[in-house]
Amino acid sequence: MTATTVDTHAADHDDHDHGPTKGIGRWLFSTNHKDIGTMYLVFSLLMFFIGGSMAMVIRSELAIPGLQFVHPEFFNSMTTMHALIMVFGAVMPAFVGLANWMIPLMIGAPDMALPRMNNWSFWILPIAFGILLSTLFMPGGAPAGGWTMYPPLILQTGDAFPFLIFSVHLMGLSSIMGAINVIVTIINMRAPDMTLLKMPMFVWTWLITAYLLIAVMPVLAGAVTMLLTDQFFGTSFFLAAGGGDPVMFQHIFWFFGHPEVYIMILPAFGVVSEIIPTFARKKLFGHDSMVYAASCIAFLSFIVWAHHMFTVGMPLTGQLFFMFATMLIAVPTGVKIFNWVATMWRGSMTFETPMLFSLAFVFLFTIGGFSGLMLAIQPADVQYHDTYFVVAHFHYVLVPGSVFAIMAGAYYWLPKWTGHMYNETLGKLHFWMSTIFVNLTFFPQHFLGLAGMPRRIPDYSVQFADFNLVSSVGAIGFGLSQLIFVAVLLTAKKGAKATDRVWEGSHGLEWTVPSPAPWHTFTTPPKARIANESFE
Amino acid sequence: MIRKSFWGLLGLVMATTANAEWALNMPKGVTDLSAETYDLHMMVFWWCVAIGIIVFGVMIISLFKHRKSQGAKPATFSHSTAAEVIWTAIPVVILLIMAVPAAETMIKLEDTRDPDLSVVITGYQWKWHYRYQDQGVEFYSSLARPSVDARRKQSGVDVNAVDNYLLDVDNALVVPRGAKVRLLLTSNDVIHSWWVPELAIKKDAIPGIVNETWFKANEVGTYRGQCAELCGKDHGYMPVVVEVVEPDAFQAWVNTRKDDGAKLASAQ
Repeated sequence: MTATTVDTHAADHDDHDHGPTKGIGRWLFSTNHKDIGTMYLVFSLLMFFIGGSMAMVIRSELAIPGLQFVHPEFFNSMTTMHALIMVFGAVMPAFVGLANWMIPLMIGAPDMALPRMNNWSFWILPIAFGILLSTLFMPGGAPAGGWTMYPPLILQTGDAFPFLIFSVHLMGLSSIMGAINVIVTIINMRAPDMTLLKMPMFVWTWLITAYLLIAVMPVLAGAVTMLLTDQFFGTSFFLAAGGGDPVMFQHIFWFFGHPEVYIMILPAFGVVSEIIPTFARKKLFGHDSMVYAASCIAFLSFIVWAHHMFTVGMPLTGQLFFMFATMLIAVPTGVKIFNWVATMWRGSMTFETPMLFSLAFVFLFTIGGFSGLMLAIQPADVQYHDTYFVVAHFHYVLVPGSVFAIMAGAYYWLPKWTGHMYNETLGKLHFWMSTIFVNLTFFPQHFLGLAGMPRRIPDYSVQFADFNLVSSVGAIGFGLSQLIFVAVLLTAKKGAKATDRVWEGSHGLEWTVPSPAPWHTFTTPPKARIANESFE
Repeated sequence: MIRKSFWGLLGLVMATTANAEWALNMPKGVTDLSAETYDLHMMVFWWCVAIGIIVFGVMIISLFKHRKSQGAKPATFSHSTAAEVIWTAIPVVILLIMAVPAAETMIKLEDTRDPDLSVVITGYQWKWHYRYQDQGVEFYSSLARPSVDARRKQSGVDVNAVDNYLLDVDNALVVPRGAKVRLLLTSNDVIHSWWVPELAIKKDAIPGIVNETWFKANEVGTYRGQCAELCGKDHGYMPVVVEVVEPDAFQAWVNTRKDDGAKLASAQ
């Protein structure tokens, strides 16, 4: 292994010949995939807390009926900004951060293929979110038309409107560049003996995700650009009075929006597919069928978008098509869940924090999948649509789904990043608190939706009071629990020295380099075969 | 029962409201299609429960049996074509079982032919306008006064004391029992969505587009719903109330409405 001989004092980068420059320049001008990965992860954590504090505002207002803290227009700004920040600022950059750190290490590449573009795609993000957050202080307030930006409502936004559009453009730009980088890296820079079907699942799911990003981010850019010209340049793409069609926006938006859902979950599948085999000490069951299942999901994601629009008044045949296509997604998703369970079956499991988060992912993502199947049934969806049932559904797949997978990945690879074991007690505390409170927050929302509570309302009729209070208590608890994660990070370097392997069952090239991973790794390509020996 | 008493206890501990309901499920509703929708919902739900019991059951057994602390040695299998074919094929069959009744109900939902009564519903920020096509009756329907007074931020009014807080209007939509009512929905400004859970009807009101849907209520009563599509700051304050009355009472109501309209016109 070349990498093991590169650097023996990596914890102290600064006296290394080719180490990073000192001070802020290291970060501003970084072209190093590990530094950029770290910046992505720190940025996404910051956004997670900003978006999370908006969720706290929402849940505080909804704790009891009547309006206590905020005005309805600010409430709408909070739901809109919470969604935009969590989707584009927290979940997506976290996965890009994991990709930056781990894809080169997993495929035996020295860095990402396009390091300068890597720097740019990261530094666009603070600018994009600086612009978006600045709208909170503008006349007319922050955007309040929902993250889906449906016209004509979104055109009623005040001064914030063009800033919203430009920040979405920038987020898209960043995502597209990140996706190009991932694809070029994976296709061109794998270790010579790593054929496509030998790639780790995290690399596979990210490859598929990157193609989805390239396919749909320009579509979003097109949609919001048409909003911009409708507002300022006299066009009528979506304005009925000028011969346009407000529903067309929804079709274009969800053509982006549904693949976007999988952009946020496929890398999570990848992370979990790395972690479960490690702690079950058994090879991932059905690696190839997992790849085919992920590809199927990606393909289907392009032909189901209108299931978000079952109440807009589509032709019967269209609705039938979108219902059947949507139901089909359950098949490849089921394959993935069955394969994870089969991986655990007759394994030799231990339950460190990354495994706990991954197991909760499998349980709770499946619950989100069940409600997804229910939502696919068009006549029932007419009842569920735009209610708290939908809110419960997508939070189940995004919070104990995507976010738990990100947490699992962070705990899993943290010793490789810092060179020290994190505090396992704190990690387990973080896990149990998060899991209890996430269910307390979102499970009652199913009942609220079924009982008839619409989403995006600041106040509600008193029969919804009880479950709303339960949900708000859960939300505050979940929010506070995340501070434990900050404590884990702050004490991350205080733990025992991590070995190169870190975990007994670890497998893959990333575990052949020292912990912490030196600033430069795999300057000559490794042999991927060796890395999988632990299972063979 | 145990579950109910547990929630009840929790409710008491938290000293929540007397109006509290802890409702867990969708209403069965008062139309044939709302009952069908409810049945579909429950059918898919029970399939999910069954699948969940199997998948989670296997997983939980594995979590207890196949742990290192129990001395489990990892097996070496990593693939089984037979198993994978089975767990791809079985879900396809289950989906087909769900898809057929769902499609049947959907087709009925979309069949708006031969209505007994047509009402044009127009969404406004933030109220509804109803126009009975053949009866010559039309009016606006907005949030009822007691709710308006109570909804202000820190209004000082106890919302628990307000009847049907946020779910009451000044003028309800009145329809006869047993009549097929066709709704034609559109909007004057942004997109709204007209929803009454008990009727299992939710349809968007979109500017420039006229959407169609229908219902036939089998029981007399007052049914409440709300706008379901975010439509701006008062989205939470434009409820829908439908009063289903006997056909005679409906005719009487139409006549009074017409008289009121005539009086208003002559007064101006």
